[in-house]
Formats: sequence, C-alpha cells, structure tokens
Amino acid sequence: MASIGIPANQAPKLNYLNNGHSLKSWLLTTDHKRIALLYLISVTVFFFLGGFFAMLIRLELLTPQGDLMQADTYNKVFTMHGMIMVFFFLIPVVPAVLGNFLVPLMIGAKDLAFPRINLLSWYLYITGGMIFLHCMLTGGVDTGWTFYTPFSTDYTNTKIVEAGLAIFLAGFSSIFTGLNFIVTIHRMRAPGLTWDRLPLFIWANYATSLVMILGTPVIAITIVLVAVERLFHLGIFDPRLGGDPLLFQHLFWFYSHPAVYIMILPSMGVISELIACFARKRVFGYKFVALSSVAIAVFGFLVWAHHMFVAGISLYAAMIFSFLSFSVGVPSAVKVFNWTATLYKGSISYATPMLYAFGFIGLFTIGGLTGLMLATIGIDVHVTDTYFVVAHFHYVMVGGVLMGYLGGLHFWWPKMTGRMYPEAWAKLSALLVFVGFNLTFFPQFILGYVGMPRRYWQYPPEFQALNVLSTAGASILAVGYLLPMIYFVWSLRYGAIADANPWAAAGLEWKTTSPPPTFNFDETPVVTWEAYNYDEIPHKERRAPVAG
Amino acid sequence: MASQVDALYIYLLLVAGVMTAVIFLGIMVLAIKYRRARHPNAEQIEGSTALEIIWSIIPLFVMMTFFIWGAVIYFQERTPPADSTEVYVVAKQWMWKIEHMEGQREINELHVPTGQNIKLIMTSQDVIHSFFVPAFRIKQDVLPGRYTTFWFKATKPGHYHLFCAEYCGTQHSGMGGDIVVMEPQDYAQWMAGGTSAPLQDTGKQLFSALGCATCHRFDVQGRGPNLTGIYNKPVLLEDGRTVIADENYVRESILNPTAKIVNGFKPVMPAFQGIVSEEQLNALVAYVKSLSQPPTGTAGLQSQPATSPAEPQKMQVQ
Amino acid sequence: MQDSQATTSQATVQVTTAEHEAHNPALVHQFADAEQQKNAASLGMWLFLVTEIMFFGGMFCAYLIYRLKYFNAFAAGSQSLAIKWGAINTAVLIVSSVTVVLAIYAIRFGRKKLTVAFLVVTVLLGFVFLGIKSIEYTDKFREHHVPGANFHFTENFDDNGKQIPVNPNEVQLFFSLYFAMTGMHALHMIIGISLMSTLAVLTWRGHYSAEYYTPLENAGLYWHLVDIIWIYLFPLLYLISRHT
Repeated sequence: MASIGIPANQAPKLNYLNNGHSLKSWLLTTDHKRIALLYLISVTVFFFLGGFFAMLIRLELLTPQGDLMQADTYNKVFTMHGMIMVFFFLIPVVPAVLGNFLVPLMIGAKDLAFPRINLLSWYLYITGGMIFLHCMLTGGVDTGWTFYTPFSTDYTNTKIVEAGLAIFLAGFSSIFTGLNFIVTIHRMRAPGLTWDRLPLFIWANYATSLVMILGTPVIAITIVLVAVERLFHLGIFDPRLGGDPLLFQHLFWFYSHPAVYIMILPSMGVISELIACFARKRVFGYKFVALSSVAIAVFGFLVWAHHMFVAGISLYAAMIFSFLSFSVGVPSAVKVFNWTATLYKGSISYATPMLYAFGFIGLFTIGGLTGLMLATIGIDVHVTDTYFVVAHFHYVMVGGVLMGYLGGLHFWWPKMTGRMYPEAWAKLSALLVFVGFNLTFFPQFILGYVGMPRRYWQYPPEFQALNVLSTAGASILAVGYLLPMIYFVWSLRYGAIADANPWAAAGLEWKTTSPPPTFNFDETPVVTWEAYNYDEIPHKERRAPVAG
Repeated sequence: MASQVDALYIYLLLVAGVMTAVIFLGIMVLAIKYRRARHPNAEQIEGSTALEIIWSIIPLFVMMTFFIWGAVIYFQERTPPADSTEVYVVAKQWMWKIEHMEGQREINELHVPTGQNIKLIMTSQDVIHSFFVPAFRIKQDVLPGRYTTFWFKATKPGHYHLFCAEYCGTQHSGMGGDIVVMEPQDYAQWMAGGTSAPLQDTGKQLFSALGCATCHRFDVQGRGPNLTGIYNKPVLLEDGRTVIADENYVRESILNPTAKIVNGFKPVMPAFQGIVSEEQLNALVAYVKSLSQPPTGTAGLQSQPATSPAEPQKMQVQ
Repeated sequence: MQDSQATTSQATVQVTTAEHEAHNPALVHQFADAEQQKNAASLGMWLFLVTEIMFFGGMFCAYLIYRLKYFNAFAAGSQSLAIKWGAINTAVLIVSSVTVVLAIYAIRFGRKKLTVAFLVVTVLLGFVFLGIKSIEYTDKFREHHVPGANFHFTENFDDNGKQIPVNPNEVQLFFSLYFAMTGMHALHMIIGISLMSTLAVLTWRGHYSAEYYTPLENAGLYWHLVDIIWIYLFPLLYLISRHT
C-alpha cells in the first residue's frame, strides 16, 4: 500500500479552505472542493425553501376545506414545492455537492477535467435559481412541476416562460457536471486505479453522468417548444391547431423518468461507501453492484410511458412499458441484497452515517416495491394521480436520495471541514427523520388507494384522519432536518478537530489531510490495492479526536 | 373488476410485505449479531455469483406474475363489451357534462342502472382532465381533440365519488361529483323524467341543418360517401391506408375532413372545426353510429349479461 | 498514464508549473501531461456533441411524428420551400466543413497564416449561409407562411399533378417546426461563427502551434456537427415528398 507520508493527525496549516479568504477567491474559484461548498450552501437554501412550501401544503391539508389559502395559491404552492425540490435540489444535490468534492479525490486527481466549466455549472445553477426565485416572487407558476399541455401552453396565466428559462439553465448546469465527471473518470484516474478498483461511488456517479448528458437535453428542447408555443401561439401541442398534447408528455417523461435515476444512483453510491466502512469489509458482489448502476441508467431510458398508462396511449404500448418497467426493478433489488449481504460476518458499528444507510435500505425497499405496484398496470389505473404515487416517490426521493445524502454529508463532513459533528445530536436527528418520514408518508399510501387524488386543495371529509397523521409526521420530520443545520454550523467552530481518517475508511480521499490541500495530494498516489481493502486497514478502537 | 384489482393488490401487498420483512429483519439481525463488540474482525467476502443469479432470477419471475395479472386486468378494462350502453361525457374546467343516448343531460352526476355495461365516450373542451371513480378502481384521462373511453358495470346501488384526477387549474379539486347507481326500475323511472330528445335524433337534426345530407346521401351516390353501416368497419383511404371508422374517425372526419379522404372521393368537404360544439359533435357521432345499428328501437337498456362484472367496493374510511 | 511531475515538500501546496511550462505552456495543472489534456478535451467535446444531438433529436422526433400524421399538409409545406436556396446552403456548409479541415491541416504544419485564412473563409461561408437563410425567412414572411396571426396558406399539395387541398392548420404546424428547427440551427451557426472568429484571432496572435491546437480541433468538431444537422434538416424539410 503506497503511503503519501502525511502524519496521521496533523493538518498542514494551508488547506483549500484557508487558501485565499477574499470573496473573489471563492466566487471565481476553480477548485472543485470550493465549488462543492458553494453548491452545498445553495442547494441547502433551495431545500429549505422547498420545505417551506411543503409545510404550507401539509398545513392546508389538515382540514378538508380549503381554508388556509385560495385554490390558486395552493396550486402555486405545490408547483413551487415540486419544481424547487426536483430541479434545484434533488437532481444536483449528490453529484454537485458530494460528487464534485469527492470524484477527483477518490481517483487521485488534482481536480476535475474542466475546472472552469465546473464553475460555469455553478453559475448556471445560481442564475437559473435566481430567475426562478424572481418568477416565484412575481406570481409563480401553477401547472404542477409536470407542466402538462395544453394547460401550460394555452390556459394558465402564470409565468411559464420564465420558470422554463430557469429550469433550462439548471439543466445545462447538470449537463456540464455530467460531462465533467465522465471525462474525469475516463481520463484522470491515478496510475494503477483500474475500473474494477474504483469505489462504487465513482461507478454510481459515472452512470448518473451518462443519464445527465443523454436525458437533460430532451427536457431542454421540450421547454423551448413550450415557451415558443406560448409566446407565438403555435400549435405543436394544441389539438385545436392539429397538435398533440400527448407528444408533450412523451417528450417530458423521456427525460423526467431517467431524471429520477439521476437522483437515486449517486445516493446509492454513497450507501455502498457507508456500508463498506461501517461493516469493515468490501461490498458483497462488487462487480454486480457496479454493473447494476449502469444497468439502471440504461434501462431507465426505456420505461418513460409508465407515467402515461391512463393518458390515452394504446393498449399494447402500455403493456410493453409495463413489462420494461419491471426490468429496472431487478438491478435495484440486486443492490439491496448485496448491501444486506455485506453485513454478514462484518464488524458493524452504528455511527450516524450507518444509521442513515440502514434507513435508506429499508425505505428504498418500500419505495421500490411500491414502484413495482405502479408498474403493474391493473393497479396503476386505480392509483395513478392519487396520493399513492405521491407516497411512492417521496419514499424513494426522501427516504432514498435524501437519507443517502445526509449519511454521506455526515460521513465526509470531517474530510470537508476538518471538524466532527456532535454524534449524539446526529443520532437523534436521524431517528427523528426516520420516524417523522414514515409517519408523514405511509398514511399517504392508504389515502391514495382509498381514492384521494393528488394536487387537491380540498377533499372529502373521510380523508381527514390520514391527512392529519401525515401533517403530524411532517412536523417531526422538519425538526429532524433543522437540527443538522444547527449542529453542522456549530461544528465549524466548536466541533472536535478531525484527523485525516477519523473513520479508518478505505478510499484515496482519506489519504490526504482533513481538509485537503488545494491540489488534493502532495504526490499522485499509485494504486496497487483493491477497493475496500478493509483487511489491511486497522479500525480505530474509538474515534480519537485531537484537541485543537 | 374492482374486486379483481383488490385481489391483485392484496397479492402485491403480501409479496411486498414479505420482502420488506426479509430486508428489515435481515438488517436488524445481521447488524446486531455482527456488531463490533461481538465480532471485532470482519471477514472479507468477495461475493457469490450463484447468489447473484438466484436473487436476480427469482425476483424477475415474481415480477412477471405481477405483470401478467396486471396486464390481464388491464386488457379487460380496455375492452368494453359489444353490448355496452354508451354515455357521452364532455369535461370542461371545472365540471363534467354528461349526455345519455336517450337525451338525458346531467352535470357532475351520472345515473346508471345496475347490471348494465356502461361505456363512457369522453372528450374535453379545454385541458386534460381525468375521470376517476375510486369505487370502481379505474380512471381514464379525458383529452381535448379526441375521444377516450372507459367502461364499467355497476352491481350495488349507491352513490360513489367521482373525482377529476388530472390537474386542470383552479378548481381541479372541486370538479367532483357522484356516480348514482340505481336498480333498473328506479333508473327507468328517473330516465322517464327527462324531456330531451335522444342523442341520435338531435344528431339527425344537425345532419340536416348543417347541410351534411346534401353530399352524404342515402338514396343515390352523392359527393360524399353513404354513411349507412360504416361505423366500426374498415375504410379504404385514397392514399392506400385502411382505417377503422371508430368514434375518433367520425369525429375527425367532421372537424378535419382532409386528414383522411375516402378512396374514390374528392377532398371537397368543408371543415367543421370551430363550427360545431363538443355536444353537437357527440350528437352527430351518435347519429352516424345509429346508421349502423339494426333497427330494434331505442339503444341502451340492453340486458345481456357481460363477461366480467365490475363491482364497486364501498370504501369504509374513518 | 505517466506519474505527475510535481514534487513538493509537505509545507507548500502550491504546485509549481515550471516543470510543465518546460513541456507546454498550455498545460493546465490538473493534467499530468499534454497528451492526457488533449484526450480529455476531445472526449469532452464529443460528449457535448452527443448532448446536442439529443437536443435536436427532440425536435426531429416531433417533426417525424407529425409528418406521418399530416402527410399531405407537410408535403405541401415542403413544396413551398425554395429548394434552390436550400441546396446552395447545403453546398456552402459542406465547403465550409472542408475549409475547417484544411485549417486544422494547416496548423498541424505550423502554417499560421494559412490556418487563419481558412478560418476566415469558414466564417465568411457561415455568413453566406445565414444570409441565404434570411432571404428565405423574408420570403416566407412575405408569403404569409410565418405561423401566427398573419398565417395564410392557400396552396395545395401537388401529388404528381393531382391537386390535393390541405388543412392550413396542419401546414402551420409544419412551418412552426420548420422555423423552430432551422432557427435553432441558425443559432448554433451563430455560435459556431463566433467560435471560429475568436479562434482565428487567437491563431493570428500566436496562441496555437503545431504542438498545441486542441481548441481548433474541438471547435472544428462542433462546426462539423452543425453541418451534419443541416444535412439531415435539408432533406427532411425540403426534399421529402417533393415528387412522389
């Protein structure tokens, strides 16, 4: 095992955080680690904004009548919630925060292939975000995040073109990030780091990047066509002029289904890293887990019309898409089984990241299984466009993506900041998140099956009890999310100082200091070991903080 | 049909429940048994190709059972029986307008008799809506510019929720109503209370008033095809294609005749897009369809038993 | 892959570029050597071209679907386009791709002035293309074939002499897609012209040499893609069903 020769618990004075203090050194940085932090701050802002809208939704739904706000306002609120969470949080979060920070470190590179394009990505995201905020503050959009035609082209008076522009820019941010990752992973791996030695987080981001570059341009052109139709009253999607509203749905879902794999794949990559570290062994079936990431990316492009089973597509098209949708379930199941099997004969500890990993596996299992239910057309016809679907996608996106992200954030926090977070508070938050999440979203499965449609501002009184449960859960969930905000910020000043490898984890990122120097490694590592070589890394008896 | 959907759902719940329990318990047991205090040294295990194959193939087979059962139900849901009574639905922001063949009109309510196959022929005047009856476990999007269909057979009298399930603007959540299922004799009584003309008679009047009869003659060959008996039969077009003359074809031929010219005819028919309303279109379509029916009196209220009953389940939600 | 040439002591983290400059002034710090940088830049550009294909692909898909659905109307729309201008534009773009190739060829031999000359010719041809496009657009405007309130289409579909009337709404759909696709293409031409102009100036100023001309190569790839997109657009929009 090559060593870089850094003493285990001494950080050099100069690292990427203090290498330049001016605003310009941050806003014009090309250091992937600083860009990752810029993203961290911005996605967090959008997350809490989207969460604020979620809170408004849940408050309104406490009572069957629409009494908190007008119907039009409610329609805008759930649209904003969806658009912010999908386009400005879930799609960028793991690749742009954790991916940007870790991809070069994990492969032993000094930076990404195109650092200036990386900065451009962030500026595109921020510009899109600012435009979206402006749109929101000057009236907002009320089409639902799916902006179906002809409602969005011919009937709504809200600011579709502006919101579309914002999402268009955020989309190009995503494309450039994916492009950067693919080139970096292909061309800049350290000597000896062959594909079968790569950490699974890298495989996951690679597969994600393929989806980003192939899928995102299609939503971009769809947005252009919607904008052009609205502005110039063309008829591409308007039946009165010969257009087809279903064409919009096909174009929209051709991206938006693979988009959900953009969200989940990197998070799955995080889980692989966490399970390996906290069971002290390599992931069971490494090759299968790696290839299943690619399989999910590929199959994910073949299933989009399962969002359209009742939309008016032909019987046979529906059957084909149902059949194909099951194919995506197999690689996902394979991952879950492999992660569970990794625990067998491991040496397991229960640090917060591992708790999030456990939570992920459980909740993703439920989310994925309900996805299979939705792929079953006979069931989908009943539950589509109801709260069943809402529950399903929140299980995979919040129970899946967000828990993976939080686990990863806790795991790599010491590497990113040089500080440890307070473990007890973190465990409490994880527990609150798990309990609050299930209480919020499990009742929604039932609500959906008994018939409550989604995007409803008012509902029949018999649905109230389940809605109240759901809102109660949401309040617990909110606390679970607020606590990390507080203790992470607290830790920046008062957290225990972390050494280079507080978790005794495998991976090149742990072979440099915490926080790393600007150019990551003093010497390019030469890799002669397999991934997750935990048999060669002695674990710490207990986490040993260094007084600072 | 609804009970079949519920049966499939219970099967899926069982499988999902078992899988969830397996994973949850698996994690808990392994995480406790191999906790660091008890098991300080991890054993590096590469993997097992045999296991990978097993836990890929078995889930795949189980998923295929989901697919097949779901597809069978769906096929039945999408194939209305030939003897179905037809009801026309026009959705608009934010209400459901319903027209029975006998001429009865309803807003946000649909009265139907038990034991009768009902086929809804639906279109929208504006944006996409969706006709959703949770009790029947079925829904269908309603699109502008074309017809979509939906069929059911109610077995228990009662009132059942009707919801719009595709977001359509401000009052999307207010666009609800009731399916009112009645015993046949009560239904006949209700029906008799109406005063409107049967739908196809309205259509026949329009056929005259709009000048269709000038070219589409029944006595001699006119400038347009003779429309007797054309419904649901194949039509040869002048570009060589053959299409079936279903509701959507008849509708398109009225709104946009040059899209499909019948072989041997000239493209001289004017387009009625913007000239006829959705309700008028429904009446004309009903009239054209009536030209293909054997003359046995009023349509509807046929009492032939269907092959697959759709029993509405009363949902008890506290 | 070669090892990095950077050797520093633990105290300093700023990697000096002196060793790199000895090799190649254009080498940036994250790459180990010039070859890795060139490969990375190439791969990056190819991936970007793939995204452009997916971007246009959505519009092509919409066009093909409607063409199948409204065959006669779209054929009538095609027939009303000026095939003369379309053909000239195709030739212009093909020649401009040749001049791009020649420019790259020239810089590989260090012939700076020749490279600039070819780039300038490319840019001029690009302007010719846009000029012809604007003639076509103006004609369409005068004929009231621009979608919108003033759209007015009265021609028939000429099917080998047989005059078939078509629905003007469907023809308007053809023109919506015509303007969207050629407009998006023209936008990419403008981007390409800007790129080539900038590179011509930079070449003149001596930024590129026989050892380092990667940006020229990659911009050339971009230009070729925009050319290829036109080569698909021309037959699909102008030529299909012209003579059945």
